[in-house]
Amino acid sequence: MNLESWLPALIVSSSLLPGLLIFLLREEKHRLRTILNLFGAVTKLVLVGMMIWGVFHERVFETRWTLAPGLDLVLHADELSVLFVTLSTVLWLVTTVYAIGYLENAPHRSRFFGFFSLCVTATVGLALAGNLFTFVIFYEILTLATYPLVAHKGTPEAVRGARIYLTYTLAGGMLLLIGAIWLRTLAGPLDFAQGGILSDIEGLDTTTLSWVFLLLISGLGVKAALVPLHGWLPQAMVAPAPVSALLHAVAVVKAGAFGIVRVVYDVYGVEFADSLDLLAPLAVAAAITIIYGSVRALTQDHLKKRLAYSTVSQVSYIALGVAIVGPIATVGGLVHLVHQGVMKITLFFAAGNYAETLGIHKVSEMNGVGRRMPGTTLAFTIGALGMIGIPPVAGFISKWYIGLGAVEAGAAEWVMPVLVASSLLNAAYFLPILYRAWFCKASDEWPAAAPRNGGLETDALLLWPPVATAALAIAAGLFAAAPYSPLEWAELIAEREYRQ
Amino acid sequence: MLTTLSTLLATGLLLWQVAHQGRQIHALGGWDPGLGIALRADPLAAALLLMSSLVALAAGWYATGYFTDDARQSRFWPIWLSLITALHALFLSADLFNLYVTLELLGLSAVALAALGAGRAAIEASLRYLTVGLLGSMAFLAGVALIYIRYGTLDMLSLSQLIHPGPATWLALGLMSAGLMLKSALFPLHFWLPPAHANAPAPVSAALSALVVKAAVYLMMRLWLDLFQPTISPAASWLLGLLGATAVLWGSWSALRAQRLKLLAAYSTVAQLGYLFIFFPLLMALPAGQPRDAAFGALVLMALTHAFAKSALFLAAGTIQQHAGHDRIADLGGTARALPVTTFTLALAGAALIGLPPSGAFLAKWQLLSTAIGLGQWIWVPAVAIGSLLAAAYIFRLLGYTFGTRDRDALALVDGYESLPALLLAIIATAVLGLGAALVWQFVAPGALVTEAPL
Amino acid sequence: MILTAELIYALTGVGLFGMGLRGALLRRSLLGRILAINICGAGVFLLLVAISYTGPGVAPDALPHALVLTGIVVAVSATALALALGRRLRETARE
Repeated sequence: MNLESWLPALIVSSSLLPGLLIFLLREEKHRLRTILNLFGAVTKLVLVGMMIWGVFHERVFETRWTLAPGLDLVLHADELSVLFVTLSTVLWLVTTVYAIGYLENAPHRSRFFGFFSLCVTATVGLALAGNLFTFVIFYEILTLATYPLVAHKGTPEAVRGARIYLTYTLAGGMLLLIGAIWLRTLAGPLDFAQGGILSDIEGLDTTTLSWVFLLLISGLGVKAALVPLHGWLPQAMVAPAPVSALLHAVAVVKAGAFGIVRVVYDVYGVEFADSLDLLAPLAVAAAITIIYGSVRALTQDHLKKRLAYSTVSQVSYIALGVAIVGPIATVGGLVHLVHQGVMKITLFFAAGNYAETLGIHKVSEMNGVGRRMPGTTLAFTIGALGMIGIPPVAGFISKWYIGLGAVEAGAAEWVMPVLVASSLLNAAYFLPILYRAWFCKASDEWPAAAPRNGGLETDALLLWPPVATAALAIAAGLFAAAPYSPLEWAELIAEREYRQ
Repeated sequence: MLTTLSTLLATGLLLWQVAHQGRQIHALGGWDPGLGIALRADPLAAALLLMSSLVALAAGWYATGYFTDDARQSRFWPIWLSLITALHALFLSADLFNLYVTLELLGLSAVALAALGAGRAAIEASLRYLTVGLLGSMAFLAGVALIYIRYGTLDMLSLSQLIHPGPATWLALGLMSAGLMLKSALFPLHFWLPPAHANAPAPVSAALSALVVKAAVYLMMRLWLDLFQPTISPAASWLLGLLGATAVLWGSWSALRAQRLKLLAAYSTVAQLGYLFIFFPLLMALPAGQPRDAAFGALVLMALTHAFAKSALFLAAGTIQQHAGHDRIADLGGTARALPVTTFTLALAGAALIGLPPSGAFLAKWQLLSTAIGLGQWIWVPAVAIGSLLAAAYIFRLLGYTFGTRDRDALALVDGYESLPALLLAIIATAVLGLGAALVWQFVAPGALVTEAPL
Repeated sequence: MILTAELIYALTGVGLFGMGLRGALLRRSLLGRILAINICGAGVFLLLVAISYTGPGVAPDALPHALVLTGIVVAVSATALALALGRRLRETARE
């Protein structure tokens, strides 16, 4: 019973067990539910902290369970998993706090938090997956856990949006599954290894490998919202704000992107994939998505839909970083995984606050909201600036590295225009919002203002999470050179990947 | 109840014995086979025995609370027990004629139980079930007779020594298979199943879908993969596979369009059995060895998972029907609030039917696809993929309706202990078989179907 | 091939089986179908009896006889069940 083999499993269970218990709680027991939630989140944070320390010192954590002949469920902690696990854990804690505030007096909270915890369990399991088989399992469980959250409100629109979500993600899951099984029959157990495993195996037909790659990336691309597989994302905006925040910053979309990273780096190996000419199409798809997402965002008046399209665009930065061969681009893509998560969650928290406190759902209703809700709007501003790529918010760093990586890889001619155009488009759809919020005079009536309680602009539980994540976004930018910062960690991963 | 419990105990012991000592053979009454009848318990039979004991226990437990009038109740139990007896005898038989007898007993008990359902539709459906079943048995008997004419013995262990390809053998196999295909509702001979299973009382439907049809599939396995295996070419099994694939697609599609919950479940059975038949061409194309064992284990796992999941589904459907007064899917709004445990059972069972992790069916499907791709038999892949997606569609459609917020007279929370057996079954299907699947493989796979001779 | 007695019986059995099968598939009335299936059964039993012949003056093979006896029992029970259900169906139609 040594720590090395149990830690990954413990981390996964730290949200599974509270989640299962929460399901059994009666609606009224909010104190107990809150305690369970926070207990799970904090425990997980502590365990993850231990894991970070261990992995940094090159200790190996692995839990292995045989499910079928030749098929092992493997939870393995390498640097990449630690990156994603930490992101998920920190943001889960923050979102839990936010959700407790957001859903006050809402019905079916036990159900909500139960599935919420399952969602995080699936994400963490996925992050810690040590082979493609395990990854696929948790990927599917993630779909199942998020569906009830999207449909939570129970209204016809919610059910419809959830059904679209389910159709896309299950179809994508099936593609991923077939790709994974196919690869397994070709190449044996697909345990992730830095530098990829396929390049070492003899006798693999390159055409077949290309088809497998296509299947895998398509399956992952649905969740990662690669155009044209992104259709579910705007529809899923019917979910309550904490769900949108979690889905778009951490769980679903990042899971898809994370999967792409895994496949390219730890299954195929980036140099091998490049030699098969697989990365160029991926880069093109990423670039198209980046531009398309931003263009669509311009025309959206509904705030959450605008943010949704922004997500579509931003997550493909990760794919772009992955597709450009070279350690610097890798760093850019990986670190954007973290940065985009933190920034986007801030934006969604803010959007949720606007909706809850003032009934604002549309950009056109946001005139003068900065005066009424300065804290929230400040957080929103920081997030938006980060998205555009303005220092010192973290988004700047990731874009910088991707651009630099493109130059290093000799792909600058077409990557730079994409980056520049995208930043301009980001500015085009974010700056007007900021202008409205700060500089326009408010119209007389807010759509559905809740009464002001005390001095704070809104409920404390709703206010502090976005402020906290906004602060994180700035910190990640300002202190990027500090040890244990996301950037340092991404550089560590890249270094260990290219070392092979 | 006591009976099923003690049966379960005995089964458990047998399983343990088989696991540790290999195949068990027992000659009834001390008569040597040839004249006497032998009972044989190998890992496959033992696994299925355990499955049927558990399902029967759960369904029986459920049935104690289900029947509202005493007349039907008093008729239910004796027939129920005879069904289980026949089923277990069938799994343990090592003699072809004994198989016929147990098959008939099974069929008659099943029909009698199905006819206990309320209303004319149940009786019509069970009559059709009866006539179809009898036809199937007749065909089976004809095949048995042919075997006797050709080989002079009906004992499976001795037959395995003597059997060789030839027109009489093939004709016999053909007749027996035709009969069994009827009884296992393989497309296109499936038409009797949906009405019969949908109109029967819930515990009966559970037993029918989970156990009775499995018996027919089990016999197909015994004949094709075990007894007659040296005599047939792999190409013949392609017919079974193709019919199975069609069943998967057609059954899932019909389930999606079904208006009633129990009808949905019945069509789902047709589809799920199709998956089992897809294994046949794969298994026949593999030489003995680890890949074959893996695929065989997957087949058994799939059958086991379906049995638990489907029985859970039917029992849950029964609870819903009793509380809502009907089982029209579109009008089931609010069920989730009134019957949370039952709805949860539906979700779990549904997940196992779709083949989502962590259920046993996921692993079985993974292995199925893996074997198919590995053999280059790509044709099965789209069938399985589309079938799974369709299954997801009809399950989530069902769940969507149960979570709906139709404002009906708000059903008060009524879930009682009666929902427990279904829940336990569903948990076995998803969690136990999923996480413990390696045990199934270990137990069933190695040499499970090798009918070595020495007695 | 000599047209021996047992061959005639066997062929008749097969013929009966075929006729019964046709009837079972084509007949409309329940009673007709039940009878047809019984004829199927009778055909198989006849076949079995025919193959039990082992030669002049020698006791016939007892195993097929046992099979036939069992088969008859089963067939009778099945027919009884079918008829009972059919009667029940008639009753509910009248209600």
